Amino acid sequence: MTAALLIFIPLAGALLAAVWPDERTRPWFLPVTGVLHTALALRLLVHPPPVAPDAWFGFDPLARAVLPAVSLLFLFCSLYAVSYLRLRTERPNRVFVASLLAILGLLSAGHQARHLGVLWVTTEAITLATVPLLHFNGTARAYEATWKYLLVGGTGIALSLLGSFCLGYASLRGGGGGDLTFAALVAQGAGLSRPWVLIAWVFLLVGYGTKMGLAPMHTWKPDAYGEAPAIVGALLAGGVTTVAFTALLRVRAVVVAAGAGAVADRTLLAIGLFSLVVAALFLLATRDFKRMLAYSSIEHMGILVLGTACGGAGLAAALFHVWSNSLTKGALFLTAGNIRRAAGARTTDEVGGMAAVAPQSAALFVAGLFAITACPPFGPFFSVLRVLRAAVGTGHEAAAGLFLGCLLLAFVGLTRLVFAIIDGRPRTNLRAHRRGLQETAGVILPPLLLLGLSLWLGLATPPVLTDAWTAAAHVLAPAP
Amino acid sequence: MNGTVNLLIGLAMGLNLLALASSRLPSVIRTVAVQGVALGLMPLLLQSPLDWMVVLVALATVAVKGLVIPALLGRAMRAANIDREMQPFIGFVPSLLLGAGGTIAGVAGAQFLPLLPEHAGTLLVPGAIASLFTGFVLLVGRVKAISQVCGYLILENGIYLFGLLLIRSTPLLVESGILLDLTVGVFVIGIIVDRIQRAFDSLDTRKLTALHE
Repeated sequence: MTAALLIFIPLAGALLAAVWPDERTRPWFLPVTGVLHTALALRLLVHPPPVAPDAWFGFDPLARAVLPAVSLLFLFCSLYAVSYLRLRTERPNRVFVASLLAILGLLSAGHQARHLGVLWVTTEAITLATVPLLHFNGTARAYEATWKYLLVGGTGIALSLLGSFCLGYASLRGGGGGDLTFAALVAQGAGLSRPWVLIAWVFLLVGYGTKMGLAPMHTWKPDAYGEAPAIVGALLAGGVTTVAFTALLRVRAVVVAAGAGAVADRTLLAIGLFSLVVAALFLLATRDFKRMLAYSSIEHMGILVLGTACGGAGLAAALFHVWSNSLTKGALFLTAGNIRRAAGARTTDEVGGMAAVAPQSAALFVAGLFAITACPPFGPFFSVLRVLRAAVGTGHEAAAGLFLGCLLLAFVGLTRLVFAIIDGRPRTNLRAHRRGLQETAGVILPPLLLLGLSLWLGLATPPVLTDAWTAAAHVLAPAP
Repeated sequence: MNGTVNLLIGLAMGLNLLALASSRLPSVIRTVAVQGVALGLMPLLLQSPLDWMVVLVALATVAVKGLVIPALLGRAMRAANIDREMQPFIGFVPSLLLGAGGTIAGVAGAQFLPLLPEHAGTLLVPGAIASLFTGFVLLVGRVKAISQVCGYLILENGIYLFGLLLIRSTPLLVESGILLDLTVGVFVIGIIVDRIQRAFDSLDTRKLTALHE
């Protein structure tokens, strides 16, 4: 029952915000809902409720291992949103606030979905709910990005529906009674029709992989992250991609039960490494610091998938990485938003010397840079280390080597770009913009706290989290 | 029963080719609408005995695919003041040939898939493959945003056909969720098309090139 509240509170908040008459007070719906949601999610993390095996929704081990991270990310984004929307009073915020809240509700539903069809319906609904957020800025470039998001994302999501049907047919062909909950599919195991399982895996991997932004289905990502407001980028990179990742984890468990786990893991390994390579190469080339974050997100999606491909310990490490990536990436997106507003531009050609113009944001951005490139002692360092250890431990030494090489290239690419905009003398045209940005507590504290959480995650990983990750990995990849 | 079903799917496959061959947007939209209606009626033929939920979902599908979506697209088209697709990426004759090839591949390929005996005699799977293929050709091969949306709809129709294999096991609640998502999806696309028209003064997606590395 409490688990259902995670879904219904934000949805109710979205409805209320949609009819709320006052533009100025409406953004406060976000932090209020965020606080309630986080409190509930943390409570459920500590006291996991029992889940009926045939339930369509439930706070099961996987939801427990991931959803609180999304909840925390949303909370800090919502605090930032209040200050952000105060700066953007020229644009009406009704749709923006309502969509953000609806997305939180749908994200909670997606993480808790234990039915193949229901999972698809929620993922598609999330895709649609993000559309008004992407073109909030209302520029031609924003519409272009939205169109690409709709077309690429729409096709991806259509293919995942096809994959879901194929998996359903695998069950039907194998003599199943038509129960499409993941629990029932896993229980049917080897009884599933193998050819259909493999066809389903391909479509579902491409479909949910598009949503995650794995290369080569990543093309929408730089455009969407580049044009969307910072909060939206943070939620896309830390929340929406996570739903797609958990969807892949649930499907993988079925494929493993059907006896095709080796095939699934080989494809995951290949696509994960490919994403890492593509992201690393683009990071070396890009000149736009918001698009840079998109490529960094592709890189980290690759790490998640790579960890999953290594089974058991790797999966637990990947779940750890979901947390460290979500929180750190959130901090980076929010800071990038500050810098973008202070500079009025986004590329190294136009931006420089931000350390003088926006010193606090610049400092945060540099700290975030070191965190996301897996420098100790931030969270990503430890999660990446665990993924690496799992890869070596399962005999994927070559993959681990390539992985390390990509991390190094990404580090070079990211530091190159970040110091190009932080260092040096401020461009003359920045002076005019400088008055537009005051580094108030409202825009500095949320990213600072997110980064603090990432640090805490690395220095003193709470045992309850480690426990949640191992429990989820145990359910999803039972030791043979 | 199978005869009628196959007739409808055959009709849908013919409509695929018509959509590939026509250069005028209104006729593509009409083709997609007729295809949607033909497919929307299929649950009534496949499911026996009929219960009221099936009838409801079928009627909703027909209404959405046959009336609501075409009306939305038609409005977007009139607002943008276009009715012709000029210079597609993939010409009309090559598209048609590709579509025909996809249809043949669908019919031939479906024989190699392990199907349940009651599905082996129907055109459900070949029809689904042909529509998927047609949808992709339209998505990739056309430059006007509305033609691409039509391609997307035909792609969805193909998936819908495939989904009919599962009609006995997919709960209707899920079916209606899928239908709802589709409707909202096209509605959202309609809005974006409208905005793109205003921002770029054109619906030629080749002009959407501001964002690149």
